[in-house]
Amino acid sequence: MDNIFIRYSVFILFLPLLAFLIQIFVGKRLPRQGDWVSISAIIITLILSITMFVGMLIEYNPLFSQEASFTWLDMGDFEIKLGFLVDNITVIMLLVVALISTCTHIFSTQYLKGDIRYSRYFAYLGLFTFSMNGIVLSNNLMSMYMFWELVGVSSYLLIGHWFEKDSAADASKKAFLTNRVGDIGFFIGIMLIYTAIGSFAFSDIFEGVSAGLIKGTTLTLAGVGLFLGAMGKSSQFPLHIWLPDAMEGPTPVSALMHAATMVAAGVYLSVRIFPILTPDALLIVAYVGAITAIFAATIAITQNDIKKVLAYSTVSQLGFMILAVGTGVYTAAFFHLLTHAMFKANLFYGSGSVIHAMHHALHEKHDHETDPQDMRNMGDFRKRMPITHWSMLLSTFAIAGIPLFSGFLSKDAILAGALSFAQHNPQHILLPIFGFSAAALTAFYMFRMMFLTFYGDSKKPELLNDIHESPKEMVGPLVLLGGLSFFIWYTLPYFNPMSTHGWFTDLIIPRDAVVPGNLTAHQIEEGAHHAHYLAMYISIAVAFSGVFVAYLMYIKKIFSPENWAKKAGFLYQWSLNKYYFDENYNKFIYQPTLRLARKISWLDWELYDKYFINGFGRITNVVSRISGKLDYYGIDQVLVDGNGKFINIFGNALKKIQTGRLQNYVLYVTAGVIILMIIQSF
Amino acid sequence: MDQLNNYLFIAAALFSIGVFGVMTRRNGIAVLMGVELILNAANINFVAFSRFGGMNLDGHIFGLFVIVLAAAEAAVALAIVINIYNNLNTINVDDASALKN
Repeated sequence: MDNIFIRYSVFILFLPLLAFLIQIFVGKRLPRQGDWVSISAIIITLILSITMFVGMLIEYNPLFSQEASFTWLDMGDFEIKLGFLVDNITVIMLLVVALISTCTHIFSTQYLKGDIRYSRYFAYLGLFTFSMNGIVLSNNLMSMYMFWELVGVSSYLLIGHWFEKDSAADASKKAFLTNRVGDIGFFIGIMLIYTAIGSFAFSDIFEGVSAGLIKGTTLTLAGVGLFLGAMGKSSQFPLHIWLPDAMEGPTPVSALMHAATMVAAGVYLSVRIFPILTPDALLIVAYVGAITAIFAATIAITQNDIKKVLAYSTVSQLGFMILAVGTGVYTAAFFHLLTHAMFKANLFYGSGSVIHAMHHALHEKHDHETDPQDMRNMGDFRKRMPITHWSMLLSTFAIAGIPLFSGFLSKDAILAGALSFAQHNPQHILLPIFGFSAAALTAFYMFRMMFLTFYGDSKKPELLNDIHESPKEMVGPLVLLGGLSFFIWYTLPYFNPMSTHGWFTDLIIPRDAVVPGNLTAHQIEEGAHHAHYLAMYISIAVAFSGVFVAYLMYIKKIFSPENWAKKAGFLYQWSLNKYYFDENYNKFIYQPTLRLARKISWLDWELYDKYFINGFGRITNVVSRISGKLDYYGIDQVLVDGNGKFINIFGNALKKIQTGRLQNYVLYVTAGVIILMIIQSF
Repeated sequence: MDQLNNYLFIAAALFSIGVFGVMTRRNGIAVLMGVELILNAANINFVAFSRFGGMNLDGHIFGLFVIVLAAAEAAVALAIVINIYNNLNTINVDDASALKN
């Protein structure tokens, strides 16, 4: 088992890149536009990932870790090493990426059938898988940062896949630029750590921090900087604005990147750097997570676009994970990342399947006005699309936190951590309150979505006859991932639906923070264990109450949603309009920036360009004209031409004695000899 | 008649007549004859110095060389003259000026 893991991970990393290169250069000329190249590459990657996963299970060692690095840049004292780190977290994460990516590839063959940029789409999927695997496999912040940016680029390319639409082009730019804001913090964090420790590798950083090379406020700042990068990628408040807009991309892309893997990169980073986060930094992390969780949940309850609901639910779930990192139960964060990746990807595939069916039905009716993503046009689809319905229902149970499903376990672990944190520090009681409220809202809005889409009366009965189940390439991933929403896969070999105890908790054990002042892993676990049952009862209660309210509102119609919306007044409007975040950003950030840019451009053009640069030009012009005159009249005419003329005159004079007659020359020679003799004789 | 000067005078006179011939004649053959005179003037000097100077037999040897050289030169030069005549139908050296300019 020695270096097999490293060797496999090299293949896992570079196969998708190879597929990307083939697709981008020759994809269009291959049969079927080359989708089989990408699909076979990703399936091999999946097989290798599964092999590694099985290897990890056979090994069953929580401390398992393999590392390999090479020198990338060597300039004397300054040396940058890049390398791979393969431990249990990496192996699980690789499997998640490969699995969801494979599902996305297969799903996309139908969803994007006949698209004009079909092969380029698959190329970008390959690029994304490559960069995501790069983040997962990095053993240092440097290469992680590189792949981090590559993920941003591929996300930009895929969101803007239909760039003919202005909204898609804008959304891709927005996603990229918002991520850049977080990445600046990430970069500052990396530089702070490098300056203090002189290495980018995680192991060196942990050693350096525990040796006290960097501490106090600087370490807090560095931690917050790194976390800012995570905030950008994982779309935490207030950088969450890009993720809902990113739904402009094709739905399989949303499932792969904006639900399961890319947005999880921020959580993954937080999990990796958890040991160096100071108590102050952790507190910031916890509050950002808690606020994001509740905030996004309150938006999700009023959205009408099926993908927007899922988008805000993703933001909210990512908030949960970040909250878990902040309260110290970071393995729970990773656990939720794993379960969430499965059920959220599935929910997105389900929504993709529904949208696909709606498109088809609307196309049959020649209706180009109706929005195929608006839930107000759906209803009663469950008999028409039974597989999609059941699969989505299972995942909805999971995300709502109903017992027997995966989300219950992971969310429960997070909430227990938050509760125990509040028990230790009663002044932070808001954290678990936000957490439990968000859990209740999650159950409500997810079932609202299910009821509006699949139950009740159809709002457009004329469409219902044309709604069909999607083709098998799309249904396959739904069945697979729907099945993975059950708790059993995550607790094997134990069978206890109330406890997270299983292979996951055996293999992923929390490690102690390396900064002083934090609780040890054991204390945190102890606390979470004590809070476990209380947290579980509350979370079951809130989940069921959320489902119950949704049931009363949308099935029994005991409360009318419209009346409640009217009663809530401005609160409803705020939620529907996402708290006017985009509008306010536009008003207070974008517009002033644009005005400032315009002022600076005026300065640049009117003053700098016109007077300084043009002045330079004019002076140069005059000087060169003088120098040109000097050159022409002085040097050319007098020196160069004079030389020629002088030689010309002499040549003309001397030409006369060159008669060409031999006898003349003899005469000259004889005369010369005679003259010499006369001179000599004196 | 056994004074060195006498021989040198004769040689100088012969040389001058040869140079004069080379310079003034238009006829190619006549020019060649002038060249022969110059060579023979040199020969007389060689032999005279060999007899009265300290050159022993070296002068004679040189004289023989010059005669052989003159014969070879005459052969080549006459061939050139014949060629000129064949081409230009004259042996006037002034007319053989195709390379001028």
